[in-house]
Amino acid sequence: MTALVARFRHCYPGFGLDVDVRLPARGVTALFGPSGSGKTTLLRLIAGLEKAADGYLTVGGAVWQDANHFVATHVRPLGYVFQDARLFPHLDVQRNLEYGLRRVPPASRRVSLDGVIDLLGIGPLMHRKPDRLSGGERQRVAIARALAVSPSLLLMDEPLAALDQARKQEVLPYLERLHDALEIPVVYVSHSIDEVARLADHLLVLDAGRVSAQGTPAELMARDDLHLARGDEIGSLIEATVAGHDDAYQLTDVVFPGGRVSLPRQAAAVGERVRIRIMARDVSLTLAAQTGTSIINILPARVARIAEAGPSQSLVALDLGGTAILARVTRKSVDALGLNPGLAVHAQIKGVAIL
Amino acid sequence: MFSAANLAAIVLTLKLASVVTLLLLLIGTPIAWWLANTRSWLKPPVEAVVALPFVLPPSVLGFYLLVSMGPNGPVGHVTQALGLGTLPFTFAGLVVGSVFYSLPFVVQPIQNAFAAIGPGLLEAAATLRARPWDRFATVALPLARPGFVTAAVLGFAHTVGEFGVVLMVGGNIPGRTQVVSVQIYDHVEALEYAQAHELAIVLMAFSFVTLLLLYAVNRRVAALGA
Repeated sequence: MTALVARFRHCYPGFGLDVDVRLPARGVTALFGPSGSGKTTLLRLIAGLEKAADGYLTVGGAVWQDANHFVATHVRPLGYVFQDARLFPHLDVQRNLEYGLRRVPPASRRVSLDGVIDLLGIGPLMHRKPDRLSGGERQRVAIARALAVSPSLLLMDEPLAALDQARKQEVLPYLERLHDALEIPVVYVSHSIDEVARLADHLLVLDAGRVSAQGTPAELMARDDLHLARGDEIGSLIEATVAGHDDAYQLTDVVFPGGRVSLPRQAAAVGERVRIRIMARDVSLTLAAQTGTSIINILPARVARIAEAGPSQSLVALDLGGTAILARVTRKSVDALGLNPGLAVHAQIKGVAIL
Repeated sequence: MFSAANLAAIVLTLKLASVVTLLLLLIGTPIAWWLANTRSWLKPPVEAVVALPFVLPPSVLGFYLLVSMGPNGPVGHVTQALGLGTLPFTFAGLVVGSVFYSLPFVVQPIQNAFAAIGPGLLEAAATLRARPWDRFATVALPLARPGFVTAAVLGFAHTVGEFGVVLMVGGNIPGRTQVVSVQIYDHVEALEYAQAHELAIVLMAFSFVTLLLLYAVNRRVAALGA
């Protein structure tokens, strides 16, 4: 089901935006791309904070913009989380949260404020002014404030970008809880592939004001032509199911189409769905199945494509039989092993991370 | 302690400054809001006109106000048509002259305060369902409060301290247009130095205390904002 149809064409000084997208009615859609690719502009156009000369936008069937109509931002039933939180400095946390809530007619309130406060863990902060909050706390309050208006669409503009690594790790679990608890579509702008891998159900890649690819994060991250991540960051994302635990060695087995890998013992229950990530740098290739190796995850695979990834490196896209992963090897190895599309190989996986 | 004439001048001055400050806040706020937010080509010319009293001799401003409000001036025609007579040498004329003369002292602090808030918080308010007036009243006004305090104090004090415009537009009619600054001039002309001193010391003390309070309050606000 489609929740949001957006067509925008607009020229800004030194930059043109031309997009035509449909986003699903549920789950998190990530807008991903380098700075200057138009992610934030697209989000602002959806919110009506900017007006494209040529635009068409419907959300859940309601027209927000077309040739004759432009619904003002304050009339659109959306929630917006800004990169810099933008809490009202003259109001304490409680009154910040109530600011939007009070302006929503009681009949349209579907979200309980207490529930939102609970979800984001901001109960103890209610009587503090924004300047007495840490960056992570501020961002959690901003998210709660946006949710308190019972939006039918939640827009988030890099809510973690202004935070340091520790604060990011503090806020990310709340975003994941949100993802599971919310019944509304979320559009999430990010330039961090880590956040996308953890949060997104649907991924839209923007480049120079245009959509260069869209699909599930797993599909797109396995593509070596998109350069979603650079250098060491390149990896693939796999939806897997917990198959069992090995109590003796404290390992957990997960399965996915075409493979089964072991990783350090996880708390997840058997049958639970998990996302795992395999970095291209952690995958090496052999022609014959190795014995006498310490690596326990060795999977038969077929070479799908080979792409150059720097002067000495190549990126090899592998098909495990339904699941794609990437391996980063030297160009010398590609020649030495005679790697070619279609060749059967064994992928040795040194590390698997659960997300 | 004051002579009757001096007391009348003080009362008239306070009345004039109060009325003018109130009017200036009403007129200056929309101008300041527009100047802080517009990208129109009209912004520089409007800013220049508002700031003219900073550089013009008050006599120049007073002269043109006198001519335009006089029986043959454009403003004079309008006021006469409305049955109000002409404004020069009346309290109303003094108010009009003072409003022009003190306008930049009120517009600029408010404009700076609005500009410092920036569009970000107002955008946030818009995403939280607040209409434009609502955003202005609940976000822009409270956050610009220090600017309004500065504007009101400067507008009031500057009106109390004006001389040239008042003399040109108001003449020097005791009880109607004779304010403190003009009265002091009168006393000096008549060599009544003791009388002049009585008023001069009052203005001096008033100005010092006003500015002292203003700077003290601004420092406290700055400390709170940090």
